[in-house]
Amino acid sequence: MESNSCFHCGDDCGKHPIKYQDKTFCCNGCKTVFEIFNENDLTCYYDLQNSPGAIPKEIEGKYDFLTQENIIEKLTEFRSDSIEIATLYIPHIHCSSCIWILENLNKLNPNISDSQVNFGKKTVRVTYNSDKTSLKEVVMLLSSIGYEPYISLDDFKSGKKHINRTLIYKLGVAGFGFGNIMFLSFPEYFEINEFWLEQYKPFFRWLMFAMSVPIVFYSAQDYFISAYKGLKAKVLNIDVPIALGVAVLFIRSTVEIMFDLGSGFFDSLAGLVFFLLTGRFFQQKTYDFLSFERDYKSYFPIAITKINRDGEEQSIQVYDIEKGDRILIRNEELIPVDGILINGRAKIDYSFVTGESQTVSKESGDKIFAGGKQTNGVIEMEALKSVEQSYLTQLWSNDVFSKNKEDGFTNITNAISKHFTIAVLSIAFISTSIWLFLDPSKAMNVFTAVLIIACPCAIALSAPYTFGNLLRIFGKLKFYVKNATVIEQLAQINTVIFDKTGTITSNKDSNAEYDGDLLSDSENTVLKNSLRGSNHPLSRTLYNILEANNIITLDRFEEHVGKGIEAKHDNIALKIGSASFVGNPENNAALNTTVHVSSNNVYKGKFTFYNSYRKGVSKLFNQLKKEFDLVILSGDNEGELENLKKLLPTKTKLIFNQKPEDKLEFIKYHQSEGAKVLMIGDGLNDAGALAQSNVGIAISEDVNVFSPACDAILDASKFKQLYSYIQTSKSAIKIIKWSFVLSFFYNIIGLYFATTGQLEPVVAAILMPLSSISIVVFTTVATNLLGKRIE
Amino acid sequence: MSVIYILLSVSVVIGVAFFVIFIMAVKSGQYDDDYTPSVRMLFEDELVKKQTNTTKQTKTD
Repeated sequence: MESNSCFHCGDDCGKHPIKYQDKTFCCNGCKTVFEIFNENDLTCYYDLQNSPGAIPKEIEGKYDFLTQENIIEKLTEFRSDSIEIATLYIPHIHCSSCIWILENLNKLNPNISDSQVNFGKKTVRVTYNSDKTSLKEVVMLLSSIGYEPYISLDDFKSGKKHINRTLIYKLGVAGFGFGNIMFLSFPEYFEINEFWLEQYKPFFRWLMFAMSVPIVFYSAQDYFISAYKGLKAKVLNIDVPIALGVAVLFIRSTVEIMFDLGSGFFDSLAGLVFFLLTGRFFQQKTYDFLSFERDYKSYFPIAITKINRDGEEQSIQVYDIEKGDRILIRNEELIPVDGILINGRAKIDYSFVTGESQTVSKESGDKIFAGGKQTNGVIEMEALKSVEQSYLTQLWSNDVFSKNKEDGFTNITNAISKHFTIAVLSIAFISTSIWLFLDPSKAMNVFTAVLIIACPCAIALSAPYTFGNLLRIFGKLKFYVKNATVIEQLAQINTVIFDKTGTITSNKDSNAEYDGDLLSDSENTVLKNSLRGSNHPLSRTLYNILEANNIITLDRFEEHVGKGIEAKHDNIALKIGSASFVGNPENNAALNTTVHVSSNNVYKGKFTFYNSYRKGVSKLFNQLKKEFDLVILSGDNEGELENLKKLLPTKTKLIFNQKPEDKLEFIKYHQSEGAKVLMIGDGLNDAGALAQSNVGIAISEDVNVFSPACDAILDASKFKQLYSYIQTSKSAIKIIKWSFVLSFFYNIIGLYFATTGQLEPVVAAILMPLSSISIVVFTTVATNLLGKRIE
Repeated sequence: MSVIYILLSVSVVIGVAFFVIFIMAVKSGQYDDDYTPSVRMLFEDELVKKQTNTTKQTKTD
C-alpha cells in the first residue's frame, strides 16, 4: 500500500487518489496544503519526515468569534498598537517537520514576524502585526495547512500562566554554595599547619559563612516552613528533623568560627541542602503535553453562534448563553448547553461524555445534552439552561473537585519520621545527660553532633528518587502518573472499579454481525468497494471487518451525507445506510447501531455493531481478582450483562444504569467502609468518580487529545499491563523500606562518632554525601530493574 | 601575601557573575523547553539552501 498512501498525510488514498506533480493525495485538502507549501518553497517539510501532515478541516465560519475584542484580549499574551503575541495549542505537532513549517509561518503570511514552537507543550507562539493581519487570519492560516489550533473555554481563564522556577533557583544557590564551600574547607580537612593557611583561616571561614547564609535562609526555607506547619498540626513530618539538623548545623558552625573553636560544618550543611533539593527536583517530573486538571472547560468552545430574533448570526461567548437563546451548531462543533433541537438532523457523538463512539440520532423537538459533538451538518437549537447549569457541567459543582487528594494522606516517609524523630531526640538527650556527668564541657558538643549526624538526608531522599525514577519508567511505558503520591496510593488500593464503555470496551475495533438475506459474491464485492470510498466512521469500521475483495471500479458512487451510500457496478445497485434510506420495511428502532443494505431496491439485511472488549480484559481481571475487589460501574443499560458475565470472573460486581453522581456516591460509600479505590474510566461522566477515588486512572486512545481530570493517564494500548503497574508500585514501597534500612545503618555509624564526642567536620563531610549518594544509586538501580521486569 | 585577597575576591566575583548569568538564563525561559531547540538548530542550513535556490530561480527568470 506504500505507493497508495497520501504524500501529505500518509493516509490510504482509497480508490480515487488525486494525482498532482507525480504525487498522490488522499483528498483535495491535502493537495491544497501541498500546493501552498510548493508555491512558497516550503517543500522541505516533506524531506524532514515522510507524510507528516494532517488533513485540513472545513472551517468556514468557525472562527468568527476571533474578531471579538474581548476574546482576542484573553487569548493574546501581549498587545500593543500594532504587535500582538498569541500562544496557540496545536495537538497535531508531532515531528520535526511540524516544528519546521510552523517556524516558517512568515513565508506564508509576511505579517507574521515570528513563530516559535514549544514541542513538549505542543504550542506555537506567534508574533504578528495586528494592523495588517488578525488573530483570526493566523488561526485560519494554521487550519488551512492542517495545523488547527485547539481553542477551548480553558483559554478564557484570565491571567497568564505563571511558571514556577523557584526550585531551580534554590537548587542553583545551594549548588553554588556547596561547590565553593567544599573548596574553601579543603585545607581544614588535612589539618596542615602551614603558616599562611593559618593566617587566612578566619577569612576562609567567614567566606564560607557568607555563602551558607543564603543556603539556610533561601534554599532551605521550605523545610523550615513545612516543619513549622507540621508541628502546628501536631505532626512530626520528615521536615522536622531536617529543619532541626540544618538549624543546629548553622548555629553550631557560626558559634565555632566566632569563638575560633573549629572550622564548623558549613560544607556538610551546603551538601545536605543541595542533595535534599536534587531529590525534590528529580521527583518533580511533569508531562508538559498532558494535563491532569482538565474539566469540561478544556473541551467546550469559547464562543458559539447565536441567532438573533431578526435571524442575524452573532457570535457570543459561551458563558453569555441564556435560557431561550437560539444557537447554531455547525458540523464538528460541540453542544455547550442542554437544549431542544429545532432545526436540522442531529447525529451527536457523545464520546467525550460516555466513551461511546457511535453517534446518536435526534430529530427536531428532541432534547439534547451538553457535551455532545454534532457530526452531521448544521443544526439549530434552543438553550434550556445556561452552561453551568447543564446536566453534565453541574457535576463540577460537587465538593470533590475542590478537595486535594494529598491532604490527609500520610506518605511513607512521614509515617516513619515520627518514630525517627522521637528516637533521635531521646538519643540526643540521653547521651548529653551521660556526658554531663563524664565531662560537662563536651555535653553541648555531643548534643549538637547527634542532631547533625542524624539529620535524615538519606531517608528524605529514598522516596523522591524511587518514585521520581519510577515516574519516568512508567512514562516511557505510556502510563503517565501525575506525581509521586499517586504511586504510593496505587500501592495501597484494595478495590478496582471499572467503567464499561470506552474503558473495558474499545472504541476502535467494533464487531459487526450481519442479519438478513445472504449477499451474493458480486454484491459483497460491490459492498466492500463502495465502503472503501467512504470516509464515514461506520463505513471505515465495516470496511475493516469485511473480508478483502477484488478492487473494482464502480460505475457510480454517491455519498449522501447523513443518510448513506449509493453505488452501482454492472447490474448491481447497492444502497448502504440508514433504515429509511435503503427502504427498510420494518422501521424498528433498535438499541444498537445498525447499517442497512439493499440491492436493486430489495431490502437485504443489516449489520449490527457491538462493542468489542479490549484485548486481555479477561486475563487482566483474572490477575486482579486474587488481590482486589472488582466492580464494573456502567452508565449503560443491562444489554451487555450476559456477555460480561461470560467474560469476567464470577466475583466481579456488575452495576448498571449509573449516573455520574451515582458513580461518585458509590465510591464514597465504599471508602467510608475502608475501601481504597482505584477507579478506571474514560469519559467526562467518570470525572466525579475519578476525583473521588483514591487513585483515578483515565484510559485514553490518544493521550494528547482527550482525558478527564485524573491522577494518571494510561494509554489504551497498555490497558492489559495495568496489573503489573500496580505490582511495580508495591515493589517500589519495598525498595524504599530497604533504603530506610540502609540509611539507618549509616546513622548508627554516625551516631557512634557523635555520642562518643569525636565527630570531626571531616567525618560529617564524608558520611553525609556517602549516605546520600549510595541511597540514590541503590534506589535508581533497583527501580530500573523493576522497570525491566514490566517490559 | 595579601595578593590572596585580590585573587580570592576575583574568583568570588567570577563565581557570582556566572551565578547571575545562570539565574538570568533560567528567568528568560531557556530551561522551559529542552527539546525544540535541539531540533531547531538542525533546520537553519536547509532554510538557507532553499532561499538561495529561489534567488537563483528568480535570476534565471
